[in-house]
Amino acid sequence: MGDAIIAERLGKTYGDLHAVRDLDLAVPEGTVLGLLGPNGAGKTTTVRMLTTLVTPTSGRCAVAGIDVVAHPDRVRRLIGVSGQYAAVDDYLTGYENLEMVGRLYHLGKRRSRQRARELLERFELTDAADRPAKTYSGGMRRRLDLAGALVVEPPVVFLDEPTTGLDPRSRLGMWDVIGELVKAGSTLLLTTQYLEEADRLCDDIVVMDHGRAIARGTAARLKAQLGGERLAVAVGDAEEVATAAEVLREVGVDEPDVDPVTRSVSVPIDRGTAALVEAVRKLDAAAITPTEIEIRKPTLDDVFLTLTGQPAEDQGGTE
Amino acid sequence: MTALADAASDGWVVTRRNLIKIKRLPDLLIFSTIQPIMFVLLFAYVFGGAIATPGVNYREFLMPGIFVQTVAFGAGITAIGLADDLQKGIVDRFRSLPMSRAAVLVGRTTSDLINNVFVVIVMSVTGLIVGWRIHDGFWRGVAGFLLLFLFGYAMSWISAVIGLSVKSVEVAQSAGFIWMFPLTFLSNAFVPTSSLPAVLKPVAEWNPISSVVLSLRYLWGNAPAGAASGTGFPAQHPEWLAIGWCVLILLVFVPMSITRYRRAASR
Repeated sequence: MGDAIIAERLGKTYGDLHAVRDLDLAVPEGTVLGLLGPNGAGKTTTVRMLTTLVTPTSGRCAVAGIDVVAHPDRVRRLIGVSGQYAAVDDYLTGYENLEMVGRLYHLGKRRSRQRARELLERFELTDAADRPAKTYSGGMRRRLDLAGALVVEPPVVFLDEPTTGLDPRSRLGMWDVIGELVKAGSTLLLTTQYLEEADRLCDDIVVMDHGRAIARGTAARLKAQLGGERLAVAVGDAEEVATAAEVLREVGVDEPDVDPVTRSVSVPIDRGTAALVEAVRKLDAAAITPTEIEIRKPTLDDVFLTLTGQPAEDQGGTE
Repeated sequence: MTALADAASDGWVVTRRNLIKIKRLPDLLIFSTIQPIMFVLLFAYVFGGAIATPGVNYREFLMPGIFVQTVAFGAGITAIGLADDLQKGIVDRFRSLPMSRAAVLVGRTTSDLINNVFVVIVMSVTGLIVGWRIHDGFWRGVAGFLLLFLFGYAMSWISAVIGLSVKSVEVAQSAGFIWMFPLTFLSNAFVPTSSLPAVLKPVAEWNPISSVVLSLRYLWGNAPAGAASGTGFPAQHPEWLAIGWCVLILLVFVPMSITRYRRAASR
């Protein structure tokens, strides 16, 4: 299988600012690549270059084997784009929005209308089809925007932070929709600030910071690099700390970290909840009732702490 | 040729989208109609007695001027509409589609033209009520309206360049209109150019607004007698001058706005 999306030493500068620098990407057909990073990392600029919206200042990129800078019109026929700020017309109804997009893809009147109705049904917007989009909730707007990206069933789809700003329920709904899209065989590039989202949806992840790729690999590999999950226990009595540390040493895979001030102990684990259950039994046997006990999953902050030694701060500006 | 056909069909899709917005948010249309009605009433009844227009009633003299001013201001809406689209995500959607690059501009100027036609109809009724008439027959009447709309359409493209150059809708709201005050007042729209100071007279006589206004006055039989209409070439051949101005404006501003649209949207 070939690569549906290719970027080679791709770069974009705005004056002195390097929004994206020497970025290499290769997304095989039918797979999902996640660009993971905080605000200002260059994710949106990358998507805008790949979708013909921004001209790169260096390097080259190709979508479905077609050079993006040389033949933007041919690329536009093959891609669907759903942006960070839903590209939906507020005054048009959901149906009118989708019908308009179909017409602009030159599907013709009949096919555009049929497609609009199909997509509204698939994205559970049929009830709201004839209401202006400005009356939609955030989740509904995102779904409508995503539907707009899928009007011609494009082989390559770009989703820029599809769930940023959505409430947890809408986020789950969006994940289901994206999951179905992947099952149908589309090649997908999505950007996200959430490690959990990348973990759940992507085959491969590229971590970006300050316009550069600072790490890449599968979610499992990145997590392994981070040391994966940790079991953390806090106790009420300072004398119990040593016993708790002893228990965690037994269930964990490495030396526990002990913080006497907060009376908390944590240790890397590789058995998930099985380690938690064992720890609870052993603590109980030692007559210790912890004030807190939890499994901590690595977050984007942990990724950045590990990779750069700095938390993932909002760097603002370039996006 | 297919590029042109695509531009027309995509342009029409965008036009329809803009017209739906007017239908669902009629405020803009209502206010762009109230302003010229206000001008007719204020000028007809406040300045009417003070401005001498030999051989013709001031209200008849005034109406072509107000018509031209109205379509010029109506064209200012183009700047607001484009700035608004650029600020929102919708232009990103358009630009990622395999549609004609000119469609957003063609659609915007066309829907603003239709908006202008509606306002001119309301204006004509107001004019008839205050005593304005077309005196020289149906076809000359039609010719006048066609010239008026051609001029409004050309002005829309100047406005498009402004809308694509400013950074926000708020700026477009003032930048799109402010230059029209000197343009429309430094003309024969409200007073005969013969009453202007010698320095301003040639400026006012060659002003595109004056050419269009004078053409309408000639076509509709609303012109004052003799030198009150001006002197020299602009007074003798206002139709050719007016059409020439419209063509020149289109030749300069259509390519300029298409270039600006590409650049504004690819940052």
